Amino acid sequence: MKLFNLFRRGSAPIARERLQILLAHERNAIHQPDLLGILREEILGLIGRHVSFDPDKVQIKMDRGKSVSTLAVDIEIPNSRGASVIVSQTARPVAGRRRKRAVSEIDQRVA
Amino acid sequence: MNDKKSARVLVVTSGKGGVGKTTSTAALGAALAHQGEKVVVIDFDVGLRNLDLVLGAERRVVFDLINVIHGVAKLPQALIRDKRLENLFLLPASQTRDKDALTEDGVAKVIAELRSKFDWIVCDSPAGIERGATLAMRHADAAIIVTNPEVSSVRDSDRIIGLLDSKTEKAERGECVDKHLLITRYNPWRAARGEMLSIDDVLEILSIPLLGIIPESEEVLRASNVGSPVTLNSPLSAPARAYFEATRRLKGETIPVKIPSESRGIFNKLFGRKAA
Repeated sequence: MKLFNLFRRGSAPIARERLQILLAHERNAIHQPDLLGILREEILGLIGRHVSFDPDKVQIKMDRGKSVSTLAVDIEIPNSRGASVIVSQTARPVAGRRRKRAVSEIDQRVA
Repeated sequence: MNDKKSARVLVVTSGKGGVGKTTSTAALGAALAHQGEKVVVIDFDVGLRNLDLVLGAERRVVFDLINVIHGVAKLPQALIRDKRLENLFLLPASQTRDKDALTEDGVAKVIAELRSKFDWIVCDSPAGIERGATLAMRHADAAIIVTNPEVSSVRDSDRIIGLLDSKTEKAERGECVDKHLLITRYNPWRAARGEMLSIDDVLEILSIPLLGIIPESEEVLRASNVGSPVTLNSPLSAPARAYFEATRRLKGETIPVKIPSESRGIFNKLFGRKAA
């Protein structure tokens, strides 16, 4: 039995891989509890102070990649003649290796 | 107890239960005291205290941390001096109260008073991420994160590292709590066979500096059975030597961490027994 085990691949590599994937996800989830919600509120508040717009015509998208995350905000603002212009703002933070860094970089770029 | 000191506050924490926080608190506390440092170990596990038992002081507890916080007893009345090491003191937790009996102000006062009287304050955190655990880490200058090379323990350690970076006094001042990884219950044979996460795996995942590796050993269980820290009970055993080296690293010495291995013949390699 022991001899047989020697030739079997250990389970540690599977454990390592599962943990790496899980923790990459959890670190983001825990330290950016509702980053999207917060950014949405603040950006809309800021723009709302200067122009009026239809809250339904706002699109905020965030894509979290392995090394780069993108945040895209599209707000449709009616101009005085009734036509629409689109204000677009995109931040491309480099995802931090650990915790928080991703948040602060996004904040800085957006601010 | 009168000369002015300024203690370094350590928290021994892990998130997950049963990984060896209390054993490690006792072993490290005793090792530091043995090296001439004046040490107090505090049990923060209110309702489920065990540090008194592991230190063999369970029959000497009169007052506890909660009594001190609520003004029922003065701090010196609650401190229990170890019978083997005159430099080692225990501040036990209450066995009857619930965790809410710990207050933030109360803990702050106790730590402030102890800081002036000791070289080291070692806080034994309860498992979990609730009040007891966050209060245990609240005033820490440095944290020892006790981790077993096993998926659930590593995950919980990662979570605790996040809390140390956000919920401690130091973090709120914009400073960083020194974090040290203590890997316990390490079994070199199982790691070599790829059955257990290796030291490199755990270090890569948690990315904090390594304080020491405590090999799985029957000496650890034997020590807690008799109520004596392993560093006192069998100071020459592999786990005790690893704890002693860890304390020297805590004090700033640079000693390379050796990954424990046992020399075994070819017969044992093929037909080896399970962990001791």
